[in-house]
Amino acid sequence: MSMLHIVNKSATERNSVESCLRLASKGSVVLLIEDAVYAATQGSVAAAKIQAAMADLQIYALGPDLDARGMSARVLDGVKVVDYGGFVDLVAENNTCQSWL
Amino acid sequence: MSDMMEDMEGGEGVVKKFMFVNRKAPHGTIYALEGLEVVLISAAFDQDVSMVFADDGVYELIKGMNTKGIEVKDFSRTYRALDGYDIEKLYVEKASMEARGLTEDDLIVDVTVLDSAEMANLMAEQDIVISY
Amino acid sequence: MPMVEVAGKSFEVDEEGYLTNLADWNQDIAGYLAQEEKVEMTDSHWEVVNFLREYYDEYQIAPAVRVLTKAISKKLGADKGNNKYLYELFPYGPAKQACKIAGLPKPTGCI
Repeated sequence: MSMLHIVNKSATERNSVESCLRLASKGSVVLLIEDAVYAATQGSVAAAKIQAAMADLQIYALGPDLDARGMSARVLDGVKVVDYGGFVDLVAENNTCQSWL
Repeated sequence: MSDMMEDMEGGEGVVKKFMFVNRKAPHGTIYALEGLEVVLISAAFDQDVSMVFADDGVYELIKGMNTKGIEVKDFSRTYRALDGYDIEKLYVEKASMEARGLTEDDLIVDVTVLDSAEMANLMAEQDIVISY
Repeated sequence: MPMVEVAGKSFEVDEEGYLTNLADWNQDIAGYLAQEEKVEMTDSHWEVVNFLREYYDEYQIAPAVRVLTKAISKKLGADKGNNKYLYELFPYGPAKQACKIAGLPKPTGCI
């Protein structure tokens, strides 16, 4: 049973990325969208938490949101970038989906 | 409104120190765009305007945004028009920039980088501070 | 939203007659919008309209009249970058009328 966690808030403004990483169980998939994509960029104070979480979780970030924020070239190694089609695939591949608002 | 503008230009208006503090990332919420509109409108009143970018607000100034994929306006380019509106005092808090792995070279406009104590002093000397 | 028909195609405008979709703009539409504003387009009018479109393309906003005047002065010379010249071309306000004809939204910072 796998769960897709979707987070859309900036990790440097809200604690939803942090809470998600703490509470997502091993093997879960985390998709960062909208302002949450900043957490998956090099040099951010949130980057270390994402890097540590990659031991147990698969981390994805939405490409169009990275592009819109000028952050595409700064994505952390190991974070998989998907487009909207990939977003739909992740929803379809996982049994349940949790949005962290 | 034009009468009022003339009155102000005639010297009856008072020039106050306005500071707009930007603390939100662009696109995810409407604050950054709406805040920028407020600043552009405020320019019509010939006030002493400063803009501060702190916390996630620094993200508003990143070079190389491409918003086609999310189908919204790329208003990062509008910051480059501020100069034409005589808004030239742009400040970025150093700690906020560094916490995001960013440097001045990553920003779309020329800014003055201040440390937190300098920013606090600048904030303290304002007549009006509007923060979002 | 109201629709207008120009050269056999229909386009959406807002309640004040500004073109809703910037990308819809073409010379025919500009001609129609000018007619609505009772402006007879000459080369001088087109120069300002094209200037505004370039400005919007670069900065993503329609400039306030004060900013437009200054920017035109810088690019096309002081004889064009002044209120008298621009108000002669667009009597109801260069920013408002010329922006409308250029298919841009209502100017920001124009009150």
